[in-house]
Parts: sequence; C-alpha cells; structure tokens
Amino acid sequence: MLAYYFQLGLRSLRRNPALTALMVMAIGFGVAASMITYSVFRAVSGNPIPDKSAQLFIPQVDAWGPQQNIDGEPVEALGYIDAMALMRAHEAKRQTLLYQVQMSVMPGDDRDLPLNAIGYAVGSDFFAMFEVSFRYGGGWSEQDDDARAADVVISAELNQKVFAGANSVGRTINLGGRDYRVVGVTNHWNPRPRFYDLFSTHGFADESDIYIPFTRALDLQMRPSGRNSCRGSLSFTTWQEYLQSNCVWITPWVELDTPAEVASYRSFLTHYAAGQQRAGRYAWAPNVRLRDVAQWLDYRHVVPPETRISLAVALGFFLICLVNTIGLLLAKFMRRAGEIGVRRALGATRLEIYAQYLTEAGTVGLAGGVLGLLLTALGVAGVGVLFPPQIAQLAQLDVSLVGLTLLAAIVATVLAAFYPAWRAAHVQPAWQLKSS
Amino acid sequence: MNLHFRPILTALRRHKSGTLLIALQIALTLAIVCNALFIIHARLANLSKASGVDESSVFVIANQWAADWSTPQVDAQVQADLLALRRLPAVRDATPATGYPLKGGGWDNFVTLTPEQTQPTTDAAVYTGDANFLDTLGLKLVAGRNFRPDEVMVMGTQQATFSPTAIVSKALADKLFPAGDALGKSFYAMSPMPSTIVGIVDPLHRQGVDQYSNAHAGQALIWPIRSDDSRGLYYIVRAKPGQLAAAMREAPKALLAQSRLRIIDPKDGIQDYATIRHKVYDSDRGMAILMGIICVVLLAITAAGIVGLTSFWVGQRRRQIGVRRALGARQRDILAYFLTENFLISAAGVALGVVLAFAFNLWTVTRFALDRMSLGYVGVGVIVLLLLGQGAVLAPALRASRVSPVEATRSV
Repeated sequence: MLAYYFQLGLRSLRRNPALTALMVMAIGFGVAASMITYSVFRAVSGNPIPDKSAQLFIPQVDAWGPQQNIDGEPVEALGYIDAMALMRAHEAKRQTLLYQVQMSVMPGDDRDLPLNAIGYAVGSDFFAMFEVSFRYGGGWSEQDDDARAADVVISAELNQKVFAGANSVGRTINLGGRDYRVVGVTNHWNPRPRFYDLFSTHGFADESDIYIPFTRALDLQMRPSGRNSCRGSLSFTTWQEYLQSNCVWITPWVELDTPAEVASYRSFLTHYAAGQQRAGRYAWAPNVRLRDVAQWLDYRHVVPPETRISLAVALGFFLICLVNTIGLLLAKFMRRAGEIGVRRALGATRLEIYAQYLTEAGTVGLAGGVLGLLLTALGVAGVGVLFPPQIAQLAQLDVSLVGLTLLAAIVATVLAAFYPAWRAAHVQPAWQLKSS
Repeated sequence: MNLHFRPILTALRRHKSGTLLIALQIALTLAIVCNALFIIHARLANLSKASGVDESSVFVIANQWAADWSTPQVDAQVQADLLALRRLPAVRDATPATGYPLKGGGWDNFVTLTPEQTQPTTDAAVYTGDANFLDTLGLKLVAGRNFRPDEVMVMGTQQATFSPTAIVSKALADKLFPAGDALGKSFYAMSPMPSTIVGIVDPLHRQGVDQYSNAHAGQALIWPIRSDDSRGLYYIVRAKPGQLAAAMREAPKALLAQSRLRIIDPKDGIQDYATIRHKVYDSDRGMAILMGIICVVLLAITAAGIVGLTSFWVGQRRRQIGVRRALGARQRDILAYFLTENFLISAAGVALGVVLAFAFNLWTVTRFALDRMSLGYVGVGVIVLLLLGQGAVLAPALRASRVSPVEATRSV
C-alpha cells in the first residue's frame, strides 16, 4: 500500500511542478544551511580528549590580585614562581607545565636553509597525560626531566622533512645550533580544539613540530614564543628578572582520577595561595580555580561566537522553510478536498488518509534532502570562504553528516505535514460530495 | 478606492491556519533578516576601516633568526639587512618592527597618566620601529615631528625596553588628553619612566581586530626602538609606486645574501597588505557573505510561499470573486481586496516579527556581547517585508481580478 501511496504522491507532485519545486527548494536550502553551519559547529565544539576530559585539570592561582585581574578571575596562565612551586609540591599523580617555543632546525644533508619548528616545552608526563600517539619511540623519562636532557619528540611531518620519514629514534637533530636526540616521532597528533594550550592559541593551530623537556628550555633561557601577559610597571632586562616578574606564560596541567583527589588538590591550591599571602607575596585572599577540560573549553570560549550565531541563524532559516512548507502542503492537500471526500465515502479510514498524505510529504522531504545534500556538499567544499581556514578545514562531509542531512529533511517535512494531513483526514465526506 | 476591512477579516477567519502560517513566516523572516542585516553592516564596517598604511605598496617580511646570537650580533645583522633593503632599486624605505597594523593580535600595553595609577586610563597597541617607520608605512603626521635617528634605542630579547619619546595615534592622543593638547605631554605605558608625545599620526589601526581591539579602536603608540630579539623580527618594506611585485621578489634574495642563518617561511613569510587585510578579516567577511546568502534566499522563499498560498486562495474563491464581479465590483476592487488582505496579514506578522527580532538581538547581546541593534534595521526590515508581501501577492491578485463574472454561474 505504501508503494502505491508513494506513486500517488509522485503523481500529485507532478501535477503542480512549480509548487513542488518550491517546497523541495525550501527544504533543500533550509537543511543545507543548517548542515553546513552544523558541520563547522560540530568540528569546533567537539571533545578533543573524550576518555580523559574529566581527569585533566588546569590549576589557576590569582597572581595579579583584585586590582589588576579581569573580572575577579585569576589569569589563565602562571608565572614562573607559582608554576615551579606547584610542580615541586607534586600533589597530583601526573603533572606537567608547558609553554610554546620556537626553534630552528639547522641545515644538514641536502637542506641548505634552516627550517622553522614551533612546539612546546613540556614535562615528561605530558605524553601520557594527553595520550599523544606515536609512530616511533615515545616520550622521555622523569630522569631525563631532572637531567635536563637534550631530548626531542618530533612530528611525523618534521620527521619526513629531516629524516625522509625513516625511524629516526636515537638519531640526532640540530635545533638552534645544539644537538638533540630524537626519542619519539608523533603520529599526526593534533587534538582540536587544542585544549592544553588556550593561552597562546585560540584552540585551532597547525600541528606542533617539536616537544622538548621543560627543564632544558629553562636552562637555555628559551623565551616563550607564544603569549606573555604582564601587569603594572615592567623593568626586567635579564632572564632572572623576567622569571621573577609578574608576567604569566606557563600553562600547568594535573591529572586527578577521583573526586577525592580533585577536592584535595583544590584545597592544596587554596593552602598554597594562603601561604603566599602570609609570606607577603600576594596582598589578597586566595583566589584559585581548578577546571577540567570541558569547563576550561567553555570558560575560554573556544567555540567562536561566529559559529554559534551562524548555526542559530541557519536553524531559524530552516524553521521558516518548514513554516513555508506547512502552508504550501496545506494548500496542496486542501485543494484535493473533493478527492479525499470521495475516498472517505468509499470506505477509506482516516488512518489511510494520513498514510497517503504523510507519504506524499515524505517524498517531498526525500527530494528536499537530496537537494540539501548536494547543496551541503557544495557548501562544505566552499566553507573556506565563510570561515577562517583553521576552522574551515575541520568541516567535513562524512557518512554521519550525509545521514543526518537526509534524516533531518525527511523527519522535518513529515512533522511539518502532520497538520495539513490532519486537516485532510478530517475532511467531511458528505459535505464534499454535496458541494461537487 | 474604498477599503473595507470587515469583510476581509471575516473571510480570513475562515482561513485561520493559512493566515497564521503566512503571518508567522513573515514574523520569523523579519526577525532573521533584521539581525542578519545588522550583522552584515557591522562586519562590513570592520572590513572597510582605514589602517593608515599605504597598503598598495607596503609588504611585511617575517624574519626568524636561525642562530643563537647575542644582542649586539643581532643588532649588527638587522642594521646590515635594513641597509641592503633600502638600497634595492624597487624599494622606497624599510623599517624593523615587532608588529604591524592588522596583524591580528600582538603587543599592547595599558596606558596611565601617572606612575601610581593602578586602573589604566586606556590600552594602546605598541609599535616599534626606527626613524623610517612613519615613511615606510606611509603614516600621516598631523602634529609634531618624526623620530630622530639618535633617539632609536635597542631592545634585546625579552627585555622591557621603553623610550622617553613616543609618537601616538590621534585616537590615543584624544583619549588621553581630550582637550587636544597632547603634544609635549607624557604618559606611562607600563613603564617606570614616562614617554613624551613628540608626534601624532592619523589614522593608525591597531594590530588586532578583535572585540577588545575594537573597544580601543585606533589607539596605538610607536616607540623608536629597534627590536634585536634573538628569535626574530618583522621587516616592513615600502616599494616605490607600482613596483610592489619587483620589491617582493628582490627583498628575500637581498636578505639571504646578507646571511642565510634566517628563516623566511616560504608559505607566509612575505605578505603584501592585500593578503594581510584579507586574512585578518576572514571571519568578518565570511559572516557577511553567509548572512547575505541567507537573507536573499530567505526573502525569496517567503515571497514564493506567499505567492503559493495566495494562488491557492484565489483558486478556491473563483466563484465568490465571480459573484462579486457580477454584483458590480470592478477589477481594481478585487485587486485591492487581495492587496489589503495581504497587507493585514503582513502587518500582523511584522508586529510579531519586531518582537522576535529584538529578542534574537538580546540573545546575541547577552551571550556574545554583540552590540544592540538600532531601530533603523528593524525599520528597513519592516518596509522590505511589507513591500515583499505586496509584490508577491500582486501576480495572484491580478489573476483574481481577471476572473470573469460568468464564473458565478459555474459550479466549480
């Protein structure tokens, strides 16, 4: 019976090609606009580390005080003194500090020009904490941290450029005039948003080329190549003076498995800040935060407002398209009131009328979905025009988006058709027969 | 023309759902279109802001050092580089820099009028350069003088260096000294010592284009400082008129001839201002285009929806129209009937739409700290939608007016 209704639907749709085209286009455009913006939204609002996002925490300590912090919130990074104090206390199972560094890969073999390498100075726990995936080797050990070892983990891309993609573990690479031992090669590891560094990035950046021990970077007095934020009057001229200043540039992370550990770390932070107040370093009461990955992404507004507004506008657009479809379906169905009257008089139940007209609507929805899919594919390919490249490249037309597009189109259209179908099913056969 | 609302309203009561749907569609369309227009206008305003730079002939080289040099070594290399750049036949001038207008984020300092002040008076983007900075960017000096070569200081890696003299943008001068007597006055930009304003330029865009920068639009200062950071610096270069391409080809070769211990990224190490402007306004332009497309398609779909439903109503009422015509109604009475009917529905829709438009705007204001929409956008939206409704209904209404009185005698 459904196949028959489907044929009836097709025939009816052919009868008013303009009206049908209008409905199909409305659904197509509506669903495409929603899906294009949703694909971008989905890409930027995803959880970058789903299985551990509730165990990774970023501790914050207010180093600037109520006079100079922003809206009472502690600044998003730490200065050298607080960062080192948290590490020395070692109150978490795993912990790391990190900051962005920029180095030069010196010429060698057949390369006659140096290469730029951007990456991070990190602790040995970094790799296990953030589930860095490796192609060769792995991270370095805690002993290497203490020994300020000249170890480096490089990206697969840099490994390709320097070592032609071979297993380079144990080999030497010259960074900024000094030799480093390659201990690992990552496997295209670039979680997006880059939750672990939302101080120097907005969450979307190219894959890092290198990771070197934090302790070594400090030994070499490597300046942060990312953001650096200070308050008050600045007068440092040497590295030591810079370390002692109120400038913040280091992001700390700790791994805490249970609520008890979280609570105890939080009270440790408060104790630490209170200690600093007692020591006279801070002239204000403890003001600390301990946010997990999801809270941190939210707090730092990683999803750009453009993305949310676009999605909201596109959904509003889809809603209007549906209202439009309801009106047109109503017109279409009610024009056939006489026909419905005859069918009802000949014994068709209301349920059968429902089935027939909802099937017809479903057909419109399917056609709209197919059009929407084409437009979505077009839109996702051209999304680079609408969004910055770092974000646009994340939008992809995958199986789930294709399915969602078709499903959204059909379900929305059938839902929109309920009211017109209800009106059709309640046509009074006697009244219709009499008037014609 | 004699308009009778009563019979129209009575007739509409018999088409409640259709009427409601058209009104609802108009309301939602108005809400979206007003906000979209508002967003487009705000974004386009960003896009067209003047940078103060002679954009047609200026380009920027991001130069990263690949050597572990001391500050004097870097300084010697920077000076040699600048000499080489300025000697190129296609180049008019060049300056060292730590940032440039429209860079998209960069160095900015709080500014206070006294050293004790804890709450900053404002915030200024900080530019550094030598005595050639103004000429290289093509900035217009509206008061005071340029830097003298002997004022230029050297800034080593991660050193807090401040100059006793500064050139500021007119926006910053006016913010600090609203009386217009900024020249010769001094300020503190997170520095222990004051900087005296020796010159004022106008305009000069900040490095950033984000919300924070827009809140401090155009407020910038220039210090006569040569950046000798061991990590690297920017060279801003101004080509002679019409020789931008040649200068952009020659400059990296000249630099590599000076020393090969540097990295100029082959992908985006050298950018002209067209590229810089294009990149920094990526998201603004994208939003404007997206909103524009949505507006156009939305208006088209709403218009088509009105045409569709009105056509259906005309078809349904052919007999009644015939009766009216037979009873003496003229063609233009029928036309007026449908136009008025649409106007009543549209007016109801628009009334609801105004409320929705402000509600949506309020959401963006509270959620994203966007600006409040001015009444003008809603006014434009209301007029556009009323006209759209009348335009859309015209074709079916004309068809209705041509219904012959004979139809009254036919049974469907």
